[in-house]
Amino acid sequence: MNIHEYQAKALLKKAGASVSKGKPVLSLDDMDDAISALPGPVYVVKSQIHAGGRGKGKFLELPQDAQGGVRLAFSPDEARDHIREMFGNTLVTKQTGPQGKQVNRLYLEDGADIDRELYLSVLVNRDTSLVSFVASTEGGMDIEAVAEETPEKIHTIGIDPFTGCTAINCEKLCNAFELSGIARDDGMNLFPILYDTFVAKDMSLLEINPLVVLKDGHLRVLDAKVSFDNNAEFRHPELAELRDLSEEDEKEIEASKHDLAYIALDGSIGCMVNGAGLAMATMDIIKLYGEEPANFLDVGGGATAEKVTAAFKIITADPQVKGILVNIFGGIMRCDVIAEGVLTAVQEVGLKVPLVVRLEGTKVAEGKAIIDSSDLDVIAADDLDDAAQKIVKAVRG
Amino acid sequence: MSILINKDTRILVQGLTGKTGTFHTEQALAYHDTKMVGGIHPNKGGTIWTAGAGDAAGTQLPIFASVAEGKEKTGADASVVYVPPAGAATAIIEAIDAEIPLIICITEGIPVIDMVKVKAKLRQSGSRLVGPNCPGIMTPDECKIGIMPGSIFKKGNVGILSRSGTLTYEAVFQTTNTGLGQTTAVGIGGDPVKGTEFIDVLEMFLGDSETRSIIMIGEIGGSAEEDAAQFIKDEAARGRSKPMAAFIAGRTAPAGRTMGHAGAVISGGKGGAQDKIEALESAGVKVSPSPAKLGETLLGILTK
Repeated sequence: MNIHEYQAKALLKKAGASVSKGKPVLSLDDMDDAISALPGPVYVVKSQIHAGGRGKGKFLELPQDAQGGVRLAFSPDEARDHIREMFGNTLVTKQTGPQGKQVNRLYLEDGADIDRELYLSVLVNRDTSLVSFVASTEGGMDIEAVAEETPEKIHTIGIDPFTGCTAINCEKLCNAFELSGIARDDGMNLFPILYDTFVAKDMSLLEINPLVVLKDGHLRVLDAKVSFDNNAEFRHPELAELRDLSEEDEKEIEASKHDLAYIALDGSIGCMVNGAGLAMATMDIIKLYGEEPANFLDVGGGATAEKVTAAFKIITADPQVKGILVNIFGGIMRCDVIAEGVLTAVQEVGLKVPLVVRLEGTKVAEGKAIIDSSDLDVIAADDLDDAAQKIVKAVRG
Repeated sequence: MSILINKDTRILVQGLTGKTGTFHTEQALAYHDTKMVGGIHPNKGGTIWTAGAGDAAGTQLPIFASVAEGKEKTGADASVVYVPPAGAATAIIEAIDAEIPLIICITEGIPVIDMVKVKAKLRQSGSRLVGPNCPGIMTPDECKIGIMPGSIFKKGNVGILSRSGTLTYEAVFQTTNTGLGQTTAVGIGGDPVKGTEFIDVLEMFLGDSETRSIIMIGEIGGSAEEDAAQFIKDEAARGRSKPMAAFIAGRTAPAGRTMGHAGAVISGGKGGAQDKIEALESAGVKVSPSPAKLGETLLGILTK
């Protein structure tokens, strides 16, 4: 789960990190209160969407020369003008895709007097299986480009889970950031806070780009991007309220209610598969035969007929879907359960597009018999290759 | 020979008394008398579990209060973990502390921070963990640990290793249909932090005299396939190599999205399928473009 910058900063502030003073603007009614809550005279108006590249982004509805999704204002009136211009419009950044994202929330922040910009992130390093800090003096830039062009400017520091972030780790980070004086003292204090918050809240990513050294010498978190580990959702009921459903695809929200792993894509062939690897492979083989998948959908290992029905409904509700491929290799999942689920779903929602079903594994004979004895217009397939060719042929008419 | 498990492997079940643990233990007992020797439950020590269904219905297993007690009383040398996500890491750590040599964790959905701790524990121990979020290990006609369907296996000479459960079944089924059969199939799991990596299993398959060829199934995310490719190259330079086919799932996966498995995500421009395919091809591995042609691809190399 991703959250907005203002929510991430509130979390970090509560944990003791130094962040700028700021107020969220969730509707235009909040605007005046937010402005009067900040000292001024410099304000920053920041679009709150779940995508990066906001500063360089463009609003679809505004002229090409209009400012981007993060703007400076030097008076309350200017801040108001920016808020009115940005609110409700669609911001296109390099991460949103050409359709952009509607800006329904803004964050108004106190301006900061910046001396240096640094890059810091905390993540789980898959190569070492350690929670690690990634540190660079090249803040405020695209870190992937820095990693590509000047890898020597990126420092990775792994943390021992038994000791947590130690003074030695902090020293290394301070050196990587070339911090001295007050900033160094701030760093020694800040880094363990970030590590502890990352672990306590089960984050999967905490990215601060930039972390800044202010002209007065202090360190401050100027931007914050946080994602949480979905697997740890069960032990963080307090985080549920931070979810912004308007940032998510409607079909994906519906799927998550049924505990289905579903990702909407742009193609024409809807897929229902058991197992994440097989679901990806099914997408790949559709592409191999010249069509595009409409979705990724893993019904999971222990799916019930109800879950299969829900999955089928989500697929058929997508107007882009011109054909459906059901691909099941039953291990735990029984083919007869899948067959029952497909039949129930078709009876409930109807079938307006071709349907190819490939069943293999546990109770395959029973599953095939259920499909065969129904009066459904189902195209049976012998194996994955056969199934992919048949559905591609069917959608091409 | 096989790797990791055989007909003599003695297995404890952590999470036996739950629905999943019960179902799969019944299946394992019915599969060539896999030596399931007991279950673990902290509050049910001293009770007896009885298989209720399947060909082994009526078989009884003792329940122990701890892994250490179970190991001492049964001589178990392996443990399979079906404990739900919230308690799974604790269960694995209990097995590590009891010095169980081989721990297989089937559980999907363990928080990654918990696995970071497990991994740190593993480094200080002599135990091997396979998984989590994996289908387990199978040695045909000898031993079944986990959730793979026994009916599709055939004793033979292909070693199979995979990050995906159902794609393992595809590879097994296809090698059964071509008549090659399998020595052992190992599911290493779809999580980003896991006990056993591809290179660990490749090392074992290269060293196993009965394994004559290998199928490896990778997917997007991380760099385990690239590491494997480097390992294969290095070993080949030392004169150790076996014919090998592979498939990488996720050529069509969008960047930045987690594709079902927690570890299957292209992030920061890294972990894409094409890099993995190129790395493996450059190491002499034949990568099949189709998941349906793994058996055929391998047979093609072997009969060339």
